[in-house]
Amino acid sequence: MSRLATLLAEGSRPVVTAEFPSIDGGGLAAVEKAANELRPFVDAVNATDNPAAHAHASNTSIAIAMSQFGLEPIMQVVCRDKNRIAMQADIMGASLFGIENIACLTGDDVTAGDEPEARRVFDLDSTQLVKVASGLAEGHYLSGRAIKQPPALFVGAVENPFAPPLDYRVLRALKKAEAGARFLQLQIGYYPERLESFVAGCVEHGVTRTTALLPTVVLTKSAKALSFMDESVPGISIPADMIARVAGAGDKDAIAEESYQLTLELSRHALSLPGVSGIHLTDFRHDGSLERLVRDLGIGPAFASTSDPVASAAGTTSG
Amino acid sequence: MPKLLPLIEHAVKKPVWDCRMCGQCVLHSTGMTCPMTCPKTLRNGPCGGVREDGHCEVKPEMRCVWVKAEERAHSPINPHHWEEEFNDLRPPVDNRLKGTSSWINLVNGRDRRTPAGWQGGAQERFSAVPGASMVEIDEPTTLPEGFHS
Repeated sequence: MSRLATLLAEGSRPVVTAEFPSIDGGGLAAVEKAANELRPFVDAVNATDNPAAHAHASNTSIAIAMSQFGLEPIMQVVCRDKNRIAMQADIMGASLFGIENIACLTGDDVTAGDEPEARRVFDLDSTQLVKVASGLAEGHYLSGRAIKQPPALFVGAVENPFAPPLDYRVLRALKKAEAGARFLQLQIGYYPERLESFVAGCVEHGVTRTTALLPTVVLTKSAKALSFMDESVPGISIPADMIARVAGAGDKDAIAEESYQLTLELSRHALSLPGVSGIHLTDFRHDGSLERLVRDLGIGPAFASTSDPVASAAGTTSG
Repeated sequence: MPKLLPLIEHAVKKPVWDCRMCGQCVLHSTGMTCPMTCPKTLRNGPCGGVREDGHCEVKPEMRCVWVKAEERAHSPINPHHWEEEFNDLRPPVDNRLKGTSSWINLVNGRDRRTPAGWQGGAQERFSAVPGASMVEIDEPTTLPEGFHS
């Protein structure tokens, strides 16, 4: 059972996950450096799979490298770039190295990236991939071919509570939970009331009985960053008054501080919702704000107020 | 007649639903909105990239297929059981059926056949007759080559 699975099952404290930066060369030292920065403050970290349809060092290689540096990986697998054979092979291959946490995503379209002329695959959709990955752990490939020593997997997915059709998002979360998703990292969102009704709906429909919800917050330091996400990132919308609040804070430092305060507020709100098991962090600042955030929130391995039996039992293999 | 059916089906369904001839039609369960017209061909609901105005991430001028599907699935003119099927987990597409008549595949049950692993079975359940699943579509009733633009 992965450390993430254990922590979520115990439910003794909010779990903190984060996004690993994209790696483009620099050898394992580049991975080690990023791992060292995150390790004290987070429980598990996403090894991303060509985010925003840009090629980087692969999900499997980063997940394996992260685990070598004592960081618990959540390997993202997106449906955009590979067919069902390749995706199953990646999950099985990573499992040889002890990778257990798998997050199944549809993936941004190729047109969101820098190679929009690429062929999009989408042989499976994310919900189907959740079921297929869960099948691997049960001892068979999608074909039905038996896996004699099946991998231990902890399968999850992503859902966006903030994008239309809003009424349908809870049912889609339920569908993923029924397909085998045991955690759902939620898309970046700036509408607390939408998150609230989504989480309440998940509780009502029984999603949270089997599946942990991890809302995402983003650390930014400018109004421009918010405007960029609002205008350019598919599925993310930010209320104009929120952007105006940050933009009108004053000089550059004041704006950075107001951005932080906004993130802190959104985080506190998310963590206050019954049915939320933790939080997922995306850091666009890289200025120590991630540490400040988990400290202010009193969460994660470094600052959790409750004792963390897993951390002391599991130890780390920091390199 | 079997050779003609894909042509007839395409002629009927293309103008109305922009049919892509996937050969395993689920229109009735998706609010009579074809999920294969989604640029990501998603058959189990919308991706996370739907725009605030309900339009598609990839084609901003197009309303999200699943936003439309969700609205139409609850239309009172549909039979009740269609609405119930809206939330079904639809299996991966069988790419061998592309270009074949979903009408024939519906009648003979071919469109409901899934890999053994989809139902949770290990190999023993389906390997009794190796290759058996291939036999029936050795001569699928496909559209002529180059029919699709």
